[in-house]
Amino acid sequence: MDLFNLTAHELTAKIKNKEVTSKEVTENVFKRIEAVEPKVKAYVTLLKDKALAQAAEVDAKIAAGKEAGLLAGIPIAIKDNMNIKGTKCTCSSKILNNFISPYNATIIDLLSAEGAVFTGKTNMDEFAMGSSTETSFFGKTFNPWNLQAIPGGSSGGSAATMAADEAIMALGSDTGGSIRQPASCCGIVGLKPTYGRVSRFGLVAFASSLDQIGPLTKDVTDAALLMNVIAKYDPKDSTSANILAPDYLKSLQNNVKGMKIGIPKEYFVEGMDKEVEKSVREAIKLLEKLGAQIIEISLPNTEYCLAVYYILAPSEASANLARYDGVKYGYRTPDANDLLEQYEKTRGEGFGPEVKRRIMLGTYALSSGYYDAYYLKAQKVRTMIKNDFEEAFKKVDVIITPTAPSAAFKIGEKMDDPMQMYLSDIFTISVNLAGIPAMSLPCGFTSQKMPIGLQVMAKHFNEEAIFRAAYTYEQNTNWHKEKPRL
Amino acid sequence: MKFEAVIGLEVHAQLKTKSKIFCGCSTQFGAEPNTQICPVCTGMPGVLPVLNKVAIEYIIKTSLALDCKVNPLSRFARKQYFYPDLPKNYQISQYDQPVSEHGYLDVQVDGKTKRLGITRIHLEEDAGKLLHEVGSRQIDGSYVDLNRTGVPLMEIVSEPDMRTPQEAHAYLIALKSILEYLDVSDCNMEEGSLRCDANVSIRPVGQKEFGTKAEVKNMNSFKGVQKALEYEIARQIKVTEEGERIVQETRLWDADKEMTFSMRSKEEAHDYRYFPEPDLVPVVVDEKWLAAIKATLPELSSQKKERFVKEYSLPEYDAGVLTADKNLSEYFEATIKGYANPKAASNWIMTELLAQLNAANKTIKESLITPKHMREMLELIDKGTISGKIAKTVFEEMFASGKMPDVVVKEKGLVQISDEGAIAKIIEEVLAANAKSVEEYKAGKTAALNFLLGQVMKKTQGKANPGVVNKILKDKLS
Repeated sequence: MDLFNLTAHELTAKIKNKEVTSKEVTENVFKRIEAVEPKVKAYVTLLKDKALAQAAEVDAKIAAGKEAGLLAGIPIAIKDNMNIKGTKCTCSSKILNNFISPYNATIIDLLSAEGAVFTGKTNMDEFAMGSSTETSFFGKTFNPWNLQAIPGGSSGGSAATMAADEAIMALGSDTGGSIRQPASCCGIVGLKPTYGRVSRFGLVAFASSLDQIGPLTKDVTDAALLMNVIAKYDPKDSTSANILAPDYLKSLQNNVKGMKIGIPKEYFVEGMDKEVEKSVREAIKLLEKLGAQIIEISLPNTEYCLAVYYILAPSEASANLARYDGVKYGYRTPDANDLLEQYEKTRGEGFGPEVKRRIMLGTYALSSGYYDAYYLKAQKVRTMIKNDFEEAFKKVDVIITPTAPSAAFKIGEKMDDPMQMYLSDIFTISVNLAGIPAMSLPCGFTSQKMPIGLQVMAKHFNEEAIFRAAYTYEQNTNWHKEKPRL
Repeated sequence: MKFEAVIGLEVHAQLKTKSKIFCGCSTQFGAEPNTQICPVCTGMPGVLPVLNKVAIEYIIKTSLALDCKVNPLSRFARKQYFYPDLPKNYQISQYDQPVSEHGYLDVQVDGKTKRLGITRIHLEEDAGKLLHEVGSRQIDGSYVDLNRTGVPLMEIVSEPDMRTPQEAHAYLIALKSILEYLDVSDCNMEEGSLRCDANVSIRPVGQKEFGTKAEVKNMNSFKGVQKALEYEIARQIKVTEEGERIVQETRLWDADKEMTFSMRSKEEAHDYRYFPEPDLVPVVVDEKWLAAIKATLPELSSQKKERFVKEYSLPEYDAGVLTADKNLSEYFEATIKGYANPKAASNWIMTELLAQLNAANKTIKESLITPKHMREMLELIDKGTISGKIAKTVFEEMFASGKMPDVVVKEKGLVQISDEGAIAKIIEEVLAANAKSVEEYKAGKTAALNFLLGQVMKKTQGKANPGVVNKILKDKLS
């Protein structure tokens, strides 16, 4: 019997009832990985030995009748920008190619405490900068629905493991759409929690005020299950919220009666992909039919989101990535004659073109004489964008939009045109700027059988509203049950 | 043309918190390189800072003692520059929203009180240390020690209110005293827990506008600061008088050559690209917290000085010297605990002890003569067991060996001879041996008495009670 194509909530029951062992699940997942990984290339590091050891531990606990945790024996794929002690953490960059982490990210400790098994580290855009996983130093990841298409990014590897059943659950990070856009591209569920809901300690920083870790899963229930483990206050992260998280599984109600759903007109514009628009409109209609109230709303500052994001995120990144200098760890140029040359060559050789582009953008925006016109102005507009959402959520419980303007595009299609690439995140960026939570879940396919994603947003710390709307939609559709043929 | 100097000082003081500013590593000085480090202070990918609350309390204490206004909300900022001793290649510091602003410090110069403004006090993390291996290999090596990285550092920026190097020196002495009293910093310039940079310019007397300033760095003692300023002021006057322009630049003080040298000009100055630190939330100080910290403020030197005058009837001068250094004031109070003559203790501490410590280049904390030594010695003098003169011998031995005074007296046989019979016998011997002097005295040459007295003391190795000797000698000669 195949186990790899099951969800975590199905498997945890089977493992606890001793129908299957964690070892069997883990071995089965690795069998799947060995079969499809040559085509998909979702992972940069596989942790088979460690995973089997973790599985054995869980099995021993269960055999002894001990409590084995909420995720006992569940194989989880981790994006390669989260630190697991003693394993490589590369961020898919040459500059960290040889870096072995000396510590655990908080979420790794939380997952371990609940019995999770780590399958490996997944491929990503270098330092999470990109929307296609094409900027990885280790090569591309391929979309399981069409191996000529991108899996989305930057958490493209994690999203691909879900579509290809190369793990049971996965974690990604989202700075401007990096969980939701690949989830949309790969036809799976991806949640970016409220900023501060999940600890960032141990997540390699791209843009500190925007980054957030979240689940990529095969259905909505698994996303709630994973959130129950990782949504915890962490004293090691000063931006972590000291607010007790609810039991998200309890918000999985198949009922949207009376729920107010906002449809922002700025997200449905002339010239958008017809198939995407049709699927999203149909999803909204279905929710209306199920009892939700549909309200047209306006988020007037939407047009500035992309510009604000591409000033603030690179500004923070330019400082966050300054530490990769070849002095302490990571790649160091073999031929430098002095300190300045060591810095220049190490960074020149160690970073890829997209990372360099953003470091330069950010350095420029923070330079004396430009700070007020760029960084400071962008911060002010960010506040206006936040206010737009606050106003909107006075009227509605959730906001629904497409996750991405199109389904997954062809590999190589946008690599030479950064502006076109940046537009892939046009519908997801505002959520990070506002700090609110949002989920992407499958809502249909294009005529080419490529998945389309529905984005559901809610106000700060109201992931429960998202779960309720998403769960209801999922229970009344079958998109999430479809699997690519590999 | 007459010139005056305009001086402002930037003082960096390491806060003596147990752990670093953003992680739990120890701040202990002198450990083996890279033994007090962790992923956070070494800037590993993915780590986050968590602010040490004690560091904020220390800086608020200092702010209150310097009459600064504590901002209800202050913020950290990233100061960006590349250097191998700075693992993240940015320093978490403060920029436009420091912890406190607008304070002052009163100092005494030439008997006059001068009020010197404090612009701001802010908190930041210290950098590591580079160790260079030069000449011993084909390719010279440089090594990085990150033990110091992340030690909390308080920067106190003064207004450009000082006009002479003496004022700058007085400011530093007064500031150090306050930090020591508050027990927030070790203030040890040699270990680098206190550092000082100076901004200095000159202008013709009477001119209001400031001249072009130079920033002078690398001074490693208070005297060094004064000397560097003296040199730099003279240099700027000379340059100006020769008709040339002062350039805005950073200059390094060379303590051996006693000169300042240009390090970099303004054109090469850094653009630090400050921006608010997104990994930390703003520091909010409410009235309640402020009041709680205020309640823990200890007695400061000026208050203690007043108390010493009142409580111990000491002269202003003595009280000033004894309270300038917190450790010295505590030494004094420990000495006179249960001892009735504070002025005698003050005299011994201010003259003998401070002189000896100075000569030996030791601090009061390192003194082998403890308050107990000092008190027992004073009691031996009061009881007449030893004379004041003998006490100096006892003092020297205590200073060198740390032996208790009664032990020294016993070992060296220094007990004062006050027995009249014994002294009379020695005097008779001396008079018999110095008939000529006796005659001279009787002929009216009073100086001969001192000679005879000296002979008696010499014979008793200084142990004879001088009062008794004087009395008997006069009796015998009359």
